Amino acid sequence: MKIVLKNLTKKFPNRNKKVGGDVIAVKDFDITIPDGMLVGLLGPSGCGKSTTLNLISGLEKPTEGQVFFGDTDVTKLPAQDRGVGLVFQSYALYPHLTVEQNIRFPLENLRGNAKLTKDEMRERVHKAAKLVQIDELMERRPSELSGGQQQRVAIARALVKVPKVLLLDEPLSNLDARLRLQTREEIRRIQRETNITTVFVTHDQDEAMSICDMIVVMKDGVMMQAGKPQEVYDDPVSLFVAKFLGTPPINVFEGKMKDGKLYVADDAVLASDDFRDERDVYVAVRPEGFIVSDDGPLVCKMGRIEVMGRDISIVSEHDALLNDTGLIRSITGSDVVMDSGKTEVRFKLKPNKVFVFDKETEERIRFGVTDGQ
Amino acid sequence: MDNRFRAKGWLYLLPAILFLGVFMVYPLVDVFVYSFEEGFNFANQSFFGTGSYNYSYVLRDPYFIQALKNTFIIVIITVPLSTLIALLISLGLSSIKPLRELFQTVFFLPYVTNTLAVGLVFMILFKKTEYSDGLINILIEFFGGKGVDFITGPYAAKMFVMCFYTIWVVLPFKILILTSALASVPKVYYSAAEVDGTRPFRVFYKITLPMISPMIFYLVITGFIGAFKAYSDEVALFGTDLNSAGMNTIVGYIYDMLYGNSGGYPSYASAAAIILFAIVLTITVINLMVSSRRR
Amino acid sequence: MKRHAKMIKKTFIYLCLAIWALIVLFPFYWMLLTSIKSYSSYNREYIPKFFTTSPTFSNFAEAFTSVPLARYLANTLIFTLVTTALMLVVITLAAFAFARLDFRGKDLVFTLFLALMMIPNELVIITNFVTITNLNMRNTFTGLILPSVTSVFYIYLLKENFAQVGDDLYKAAKVDGTSDLRYLTKVLIPICKPTMITIVILKVIECWNSFVWPRLITDKQEYFLVSNGIQQIRESGFGRENIPAMMAAVVIISLPLIVLFIAFHNKIMEGVATGGTKG
Repeated sequence: MKIVLKNLTKKFPNRNKKVGGDVIAVKDFDITIPDGMLVGLLGPSGCGKSTTLNLISGLEKPTEGQVFFGDTDVTKLPAQDRGVGLVFQSYALYPHLTVEQNIRFPLENLRGNAKLTKDEMRERVHKAAKLVQIDELMERRPSELSGGQQQRVAIARALVKVPKVLLLDEPLSNLDARLRLQTREEIRRIQRETNITTVFVTHDQDEAMSICDMIVVMKDGVMMQAGKPQEVYDDPVSLFVAKFLGTPPINVFEGKMKDGKLYVADDAVLASDDFRDERDVYVAVRPEGFIVSDDGPLVCKMGRIEVMGRDISIVSEHDALLNDTGLIRSITGSDVVMDSGKTEVRFKLKPNKVFVFDKETEERIRFGVTDGQ
Repeated sequence: MDNRFRAKGWLYLLPAILFLGVFMVYPLVDVFVYSFEEGFNFANQSFFGTGSYNYSYVLRDPYFIQALKNTFIIVIITVPLSTLIALLISLGLSSIKPLRELFQTVFFLPYVTNTLAVGLVFMILFKKTEYSDGLINILIEFFGGKGVDFITGPYAAKMFVMCFYTIWVVLPFKILILTSALASVPKVYYSAAEVDGTRPFRVFYKITLPMISPMIFYLVITGFIGAFKAYSDEVALFGTDLNSAGMNTIVGYIYDMLYGNSGGYPSYASAAAIILFAIVLTITVINLMVSSRRR
Repeated sequence: MKRHAKMIKKTFIYLCLAIWALIVLFPFYWMLLTSIKSYSSYNREYIPKFFTTSPTFSNFAEAFTSVPLARYLANTLIFTLVTTALMLVVITLAAFAFARLDFRGKDLVFTLFLALMMIPNELVIITNFVTITNLNMRNTFTGLILPSVTSVFYIYLLKENFAQVGDDLYKAAKVDGTSDLRYLTKVLIPICKPTMITIVILKVIECWNSFVWPRLITDKQEYFLVSNGIQQIRESGFGRENIPAMMAAVVIISLPLIVLFIAFHNKIMEGVATGGTKG
């Protein structure tokens, strides 16, 4: 089922009554999510991603704008009539019911024509349980399950109704690191097998990048960018998106465009006709965008070298750097031989890994490289 | 050092142990002793035999039988009724937003008032006197009923006021406990139920009720125990001479045996107290068994 | 249509709640109203009026002059203050011992204490009555106060609260050479003040309303507490059936707790909800 959000806006009355006015949780959200996709809603906490999810589920009603499932306008439909499955961050399993009763719960709500016989229910419950591989645990209570198992039960409960859309709110945040890796693969597998359009909310970009067909980056209630993970990573529209995606994080320098050259401090790192106008900019370089080169234009103070198996990471410093840590992390293949005795390291930059942003608007300034680098 | 350290713990506990020893542990043993000392004379502290005579006396005493009957009626009527009303009021309270806190505060007011003082007001409202029939009777007559003296009149009328006042007194606590129990059910369960299209009654029956059932159960148990110990509310409405009003309770019987016009018999009082304790214990154990089977 | 049904439901809920609020408040209104009606006007009303056009405060004067109401109030105040203060000392020391100190048999004693919580007052009051009578402490404050200065429940409540204060604070205090008593008074008590205030308020309410024990132990009016006083007034005060004066006395007796409640209602309700039971 295709999901279309049109002009979606949600305002809440300000909780601090003295201040008054409204808090805008989501603003003019426009997107089309194609059928059968796994979509990650990504952003820092408080950016409105959970509200967006609730607007899709129908738990919240938008202040303005519309929600479409396929070609049907569901904006006015209450949650129960939208055919969505929702997995809560805290799982929301009923503690007094067994796993089986929990999964069966939504089916028992069905009325009229949709009403199922006992056998049909058993079959559906069994199928959902098998899909998430918890069919051995049917008689247990939620309190007797591990976090990962509870998560699976919650997913099974959401899937048992055969929803048109599956929604997951921070599904991995209550799991430990190892389970998180395992469970995200699991979510990917389940989504592939069922082919249900799935939206999940996360603040962890790694999570979203690794399993999603499409990611949507949000900030302060506004959608910043949407697209395939690799495309967004390779072509961020703003400094925020560039900084938000990627581990280790992107390296941001204070820089300047002047006379067809891009300067970081006094080092002219790239040349392009698009650098004609004199302008203060941010220069952001992905860790894999650095090439160690004795005649490289970017001169940095050598820090240390960390060997990470396949790759090595060179940690260095530069006065114009704006990273919180104050350190540049660059990653190169381990075939690069480094002389650790040096106090200085010089880099050439890969132009496609360098993004330039306007200092005022923090929006992307695109450039074509003329220098044959 | 080590020894001093250990002694210190006992030193801090000493006042508590002393007071509890004298006023709780010793009396606890003593009450059993009393209850088997036949013909205990309070004036010269002597008795002439030991045995179960005190128990058989109490169990044959028509005043005790009356008290037993009254207590059971109060328990059977007020415990389920007050719990149910408290549940309904709490559900009402949790479904509204404006004025909610005001209502909550007002409903709790009876908890802090002196039940003897307010009992007097109830008495005036319900009593028939030579110069006025009392407000309630006038209301009944206005709606075409026949007035009745609730305070010195027929048994059923007296029992009605008794139960009404008891419920008025115990409700604040139950409402408070149930509203906080309802508030502590995580909202996310209701969101989950909403997404699944669960109908309101089913939400209540399948989610709310099981979630707050431990608290309801706690209220039923404490309600039983409290109702079995009914006494001062009765005094408030009918005066200290409950036997002649026919409205005595087991606890009232114990005190009357101990002190007052018919007092001076701590042995009978002890026997009655132990019978009461046995009844309360039995009911509580039955309650616990019922609840553990349901789980 | 759906919205319509919702409105009706809401209205119905508000109506029910308002009715119950009326039942709760009406006795208070009635006692206030009756207390300012004059004796003659009250007795003239066969059908009682819901308001009065000529309020009088003479009933309050009457309440203070014909019965020793001031004495009852003073007695209750003394009883309440002394009992609460003594209890606070006793339970604080005991709770501290259970929460912080180490000594042989602590767990056993604590279990025994908890077991005592299940003993109903009615079972022990008989012997206490005999004990106090034999000690010749009837009609004394000592006799009134002594049996109520410990509460296992409050020891338990306070101990749980003390135990929540981290080990680190205690260790830090030990390292600084703070004595246990100083740690208790300077660290624990200030930190646990909210719980202690709750306990004090609940105990004050309990003391102010206590009836059974004072009734057993006092038969002289000089030692009556308000509950016994009101009972005395009901049975023989103010001559025959001076209801307005009686209601004036009831108002005076109820007022302190109602004021306390209005001032601290959040605190009181919170305290009761965390595990208080009446009596």
